[in-house]
Amino acid sequence: MIKPSNIKIAVASGKGGTGKTLLSTNLFYVLQQQNCNITLVDCDAEEPNDRVFFKGTMLKSLEVTQKVPVIEESKCTFCGKCHEYCNYNAIFILPPVKIIKVIEDLCHGCGACSVACHYDAISEKDVLLGNVNCFSIAQQSTVIEANMKVGVYSPVSVIKEAIKEAGNSGIIILDSPPGTSCPFIQTVAVADYVILVTEPTPFGLSDLRQSVETLKTMNKTCGVIINRAGLGDNAIYEYLKQEHIALLMEIPFDKDIASYYSKGELFVKYKTEWEQPFISMFNSIVEKYGDSNN
Amino acid sequence: MEIAIISGKGGTGKSSISAAFATLSGKVVLADCDVDAANLFIMFNPTHEEEQVYMGGQKAVIDYSMCTNCGLCVDYCRFGAISFLNGRVSISEILCDGCKLCSRICPSEAITMIDSDKSRMYAGTFRNGKMVYGRLAPGEENSGKLVNMVRDKAKKMAKAENIDTIILDGPPGIGCPVISTITGVDHVVIVTEPTISGLHDLKRTIEITSKFNLKTWVIINKYDLNNEMANEIELYCNGLGISIAGKFTFNAQVVEAMVQCKSIMEYAPESDFATQIQSAYNMIANGKIISKRN
Ligand code: SF4
Ligand code: SF4
Repeated sequence: MIKPSNIKIAVASGKGGTGKTLLSTNLFYVLQQQNCNITLVDCDAEEPNDRVFFKGTMLKSLEVTQKVPVIEESKCTFCGKCHEYCNYNAIFILPPVKIIKVIEDLCHGCGACSVACHYDAISEKDVLLGNVNCFSIAQQSTVIEANMKVGVYSPVSVIKEAIKEAGNSGIIILDSPPGTSCPFIQTVAVADYVILVTEPTPFGLSDLRQSVETLKTMNKTCGVIINRAGLGDNAIYEYLKQEHIALLMEIPFDKDIASYYSKGELFVKYKTEWEQPFISMFNSIVEKYGDSNN
Repeated sequence: MEIAIISGKGGTGKSSISAAFATLSGKVVLADCDVDAANLFIMFNPTHEEEQVYMGGQKAVIDYSMCTNCGLCVDYCRFGAISFLNGRVSISEILCDGCKLCSRICPSEAITMIDSDKSRMYAGTFRNGKMVYGRLAPGEENSGKLVNMVRDKAKKMAKAENIDTIILDGPPGIGCPVISTITGVDHVVIVTEPTISGLHDLKRTIEITSKFNLKTWVIINKYDLNNEMANEIELYCNGLGISIAGKFTFNAQVVEAMVQCKSIMEYAPESDFATQIQSAYNMIANGKIISKRN
C-alpha cells in the first residue's frame, strides 16, 4: 500500500549509464499500478528515452525558447557597449571595419546587451531550444519529457521548463541528467530526496563520491541503489558504511533484466517479485521525506 | 591522428574501450574529455606533472552593507535568480547564470561577481604515454571550454613527445562538451548498445557528427544481449553509409579488468574481447573497411 503523498524524488548518478533510466521507469510503473497520482519527468534532455518504455497519448508539447539579440546595423554606432556588457563573449565586433555579429550559440539570452545599447539598435527574437512533451500513460499518471533540440549547446532551460510543468502535487520522479554539473544541480535542487544509482566498480565509486559530496553542499539527503551487483568489487559497500548512506536496494547483474531493457520493456512487469522491494523502498523514503513543500 | 570515442548515453562501455585503445601497442596521448565525470585517471594513475586552473563562470553576490533593497536587480534578472526572501533581496547561487547584468545596473554598486576557480586540468605520464584530463567543479556549466583546454594540451604533448595518436574519451550527451570533443578530429567512434534507447540515442548522436562532417564509426558493444536490436542498428548504419567498426560480445572480464585498474588489453590480452578491440582499431586507424556479412 502507498499512502497518497507529495514528494519529489530525483534519480541520479554521477556517471551515465548506471541504470538511472531502468530504475526511474520501473519505479514509476510500480507506483502507478498502486493508483498513485504520479509524474515521471525525464530530465536527461540531451538523450531522453524514458518514453520508450510507455505507451501513452501526447497531451501537449510546449516549445522552449530563448531570447537572442538582433542588431539593426543602420542604428548601430559600433560603440562596443553591448560587447562590453556581454559576459559570454557572444557579441563579436570590429568597429574600424563596421562589423558586428551575434554568435547565437554562445548567447544565454540574459538581455544585458539590450540594456547596454543607448542607440536602440538591439531588438530580440526567440530561438527554439527544445520541447517539453507531456504524455498521459494512465489516469493520474503522466510522463513529461525534456527534449533538447539537436545542436543546442545547453539542456538547462529545457530541463527547468519540464520540471516546472510537473507542478507540485503527487509523486514526482525526476530522472536526472548525468554528471554533477549545472543540469544535474538544476534537477536535484527541487528534490526532497535523491536516489543515486551506481555500480560496484572503481569508476562507479569515484562518480558516486563526487555526487555525494555535491549533494552534501546542497543539504540534500540521498540513498544508493547498486545496479549490476555481483560484477565488480566491495569498495562501494565500505564507502556507504563509512558515510552512513542508506543502501536502498541492490539489483544483481541479470541477463534477463538487461534483455527486457534492451527491448524497451519494464522488467517488473515480468519479474513481479521486484514489485515489493520497490514499494518498500518508496514507503521508507516517503515516511521520512514526504509532504514537505519543497 | 585524433580518435574521439563518444556514446550518446553513458554506460555503453565507452571508457573501457577508450582505455583499451590507449593500451594497444604504440605510445599515445590519452585525453579524458568527460570533464564532468573523469574516470580514466583512476585506471591509469598518471603522474602529476602539471596542474592548471580553469576559470569557469561567475556568480553574483550582494554586499548587504551597501544594498538599499531597492529591488531593481530583481526586475532585470532573466534567470529568476533574484527575489525577495523574508523581505530582503537575495540571489540564489543555483539559479544565477553569471551574466553580470545585476551588478552592472545596481545603483548602489552592491553586487559583485565572484569567479569560480575550482575546476582543474591535469597532465602527466601514464604507462603507455601521456595523459591529460579535466575535472569540472560541481555545479559548473559544462561549456566545452575545459574540454578545449584538455585537447590543446593533448596536442601540445603529442607534438613535444613525437606521439602520433591522440585518444579522446568523450562526455555523454550531445551538447556543447561533446561538440568540443569531436570538432576537427580524424575519427569519431560512437559506442552503442543493442537496446531501443541505444538506437534512439545513436540517431541523435549521428545527427551531431554528420552536422560536423566527421568520419564516423559505430561499435555495437554487448551486441549479444539482443541480437535482433544489434541487427537493426547495423541496418540503420548501413543505410547511412556509416561503417560498423566492431560488434563486441558481452564479457564480464571487462569489469574484472576495471576493478584491477587495468584495461582489457592489459588484463586479458588473449580474450575474445581483446581481439575484437584490436581488429576494430586496425579498421579505424588504417581506414580499412572489411565488409563482413553476418
Ligand atoms: S543577451 Fe546576454 S548573452 Fe546574449 S548577446 Fe546579449 S549580453 Fe550576450
Ligand atoms: S548575474 Fe545575471 S543571472 Fe546572476 S543574479 Fe545577476 S542578473 Fe541574475
